[in-house]
Amino acid sequence: MSSSLIVNEIVEEAHDRPARKKRLGILFWICVGWLALNFIGAIFANVLPIQDPLTQNYNAVNAGPSLAHYLGTDDLGRDIFSRIVFGSRVSIEASLGAMLIGFGIGAPLGMLAAYRRGKFDSILTAVMYVVLAFPAIIATIAVLSFWTPRSLLKIIIVIGIASIPLVYRVMRSATLAYSTKDFVIAAKVQGATDRRILMKELLPNVAPVGVSFLLIGIATVVTLEGALAFLGLSVNPPTPSWGNMINESLSILQTNPWLAIFPSLAMCLFLLCLNFIGDRLRSHFEVSEAKL
Amino acid sequence: MIGIVFIITVGSFYLIHLLPGDPAAVILGTGDSPANKAKLYAQLGLNKPIWEQYFVWIRNVLHGNLGTSFVSQTTVWSVIKAALPIDIEIIVLSQILAFLVAIPLAMRSARRPDGPVDRILGAGSFTLLSIPSFVIIVLLVLLVAIKLGVPHTGPSSYVSLSADWIANLESLALPAITLAIGSFVVYYRVLRSDLIATLQEEFITMARSKGISQRRIMWRHALRPSSVALLGTAGVNIGGLLAGGFIVQYILSIPGLGYELIQSIGLSDYLVVQGIVLVVSVGVILINFGFDFLVNIIDPRISRE
Repeated sequence: MSSSLIVNEIVEEAHDRPARKKRLGILFWICVGWLALNFIGAIFANVLPIQDPLTQNYNAVNAGPSLAHYLGTDDLGRDIFSRIVFGSRVSIEASLGAMLIGFGIGAPLGMLAAYRRGKFDSILTAVMYVVLAFPAIIATIAVLSFWTPRSLLKIIIVIGIASIPLVYRVMRSATLAYSTKDFVIAAKVQGATDRRILMKELLPNVAPVGVSFLLIGIATVVTLEGALAFLGLSVNPPTPSWGNMINESLSILQTNPWLAIFPSLAMCLFLLCLNFIGDRLRSHFEVSEAKL
Repeated sequence: MIGIVFIITVGSFYLIHLLPGDPAAVILGTGDSPANKAKLYAQLGLNKPIWEQYFVWIRNVLHGNLGTSFVSQTTVWSVIKAALPIDIEIIVLSQILAFLVAIPLAMRSARRPDGPVDRILGAGSFTLLSIPSFVIIVLLVLLVAIKLGVPHTGPSSYVSLSADWIANLESLALPAITLAIGSFVVYYRVLRSDLIATLQEEFITMARSKGISQRRIMWRHALRPSSVALLGTAGVNIGGLLAGGFIVQYILSIPGLGYELIQSIGLSDYLVVQGIVLVVSVGVILINFGFDFLVNIIDPRISRE
């Protein structure tokens, strides 16, 4: 829903970029710091001095925040804080994996199509737009509900493939803006190979658009994992994921609202930081664009 | 469009074949009896080659026969027919709310771009953009249904429209508000940037110099030429709501399409899943094309070009 709006904004900005001066600002670095903290937490979750996310403690069931359990415990007495830290692993793994597939296939195809033009481009673009018209979330849910047994790898594959047309569209329109510029023609006249032009001339120019779309893509996958968790299509419990935790909290919303609030907060802050960084990077790279 | 619908039917058809092993055995599950198996084989044409199976299946679909659920022993079509009106009601309510809020706020922002009001609304809408709908609905349930105790708003308190329309509205209020928040953010941002562009056109300066009031300029002169992108976005967005609103339904146990879909996934009722996927996908495509048509009416220049 909302991601399609952002995609449209990126596509439009890839076509013509107005020169506006903006600084990255302190908020940007706070967001970067928060994301870095999340990543470090996810990577070192095993080594960090936090409690085991699966240990059940029946002496402290549905406890509120305290010194023993920073964010309280859930209905089985498991520590919410450590479950959030371990849960971020699923979100981060799923989003990075899916984006690896989406960009690995979509970006080269999009750049090649925009650079080559001709029949290759028109056929590929037509195919991608037809696929794009198919509601991706429905396709994801449909495939995952039939493709049993479920695992994180299958989720990554399905979301990754579903993201290919979007990445293709963004990268193609970003490359189109450059493929007829003088420096590309100059390189061609000098006898540079297509491969060299794509890698050395075009890639550095479309990279900023790619990076900001990557951040939004990660945000979208994190949301999607949450949605899949509600449908019971994400990783199997008791493995914690943010979506799983919010889903589990529903049945005991009345007795333990903390179980709903903290994972929601963790997810929203993560998404907000991603969107904010993506937005700032876009306006920032327009500046260096104007300086050329 | 025909191409897209064709791909959708092929995709939905093929889903059955993602099931491990003999699809008939998996679909029938506990309802396994030789009579059922023969019925399913006839319906899906499972003993024929795969391309022929597609034609058997599509002929049944075109005759309105989406199959019979072997879990609940009802036809898939009757499940969909009961659930679809609820989805439509939620979407219509949410869109009315979203437009009612988005249009005046976008106008207010566009009047002074980068002014204090615009900045606050911009930051607010950006934040809302980052909050997934299932988080909004959980927080709303927590606040409205549990803390404030408003009747009929909590989980599984859906009242049908024919039973009591006031209670029905109450029970659909939270899902409608949730979907409206997501839509509002999108509409506000699209309309705001288009209004700002339109307000710099010469016919607006002309209208101003004639002394027409700000309000009249906004509603009569600027809104219509600025709403092309808005309608295009609305088409995509409403299609997304049809597909994306089901988590909200699931949380509140409102028996719409999404709820039925999740129930069917849980019960391994694959024919119902297949039917809902097909109906929703075709619905999304139809809505998109409908809005493309609407855009042409709003701005006839587009089709003339």
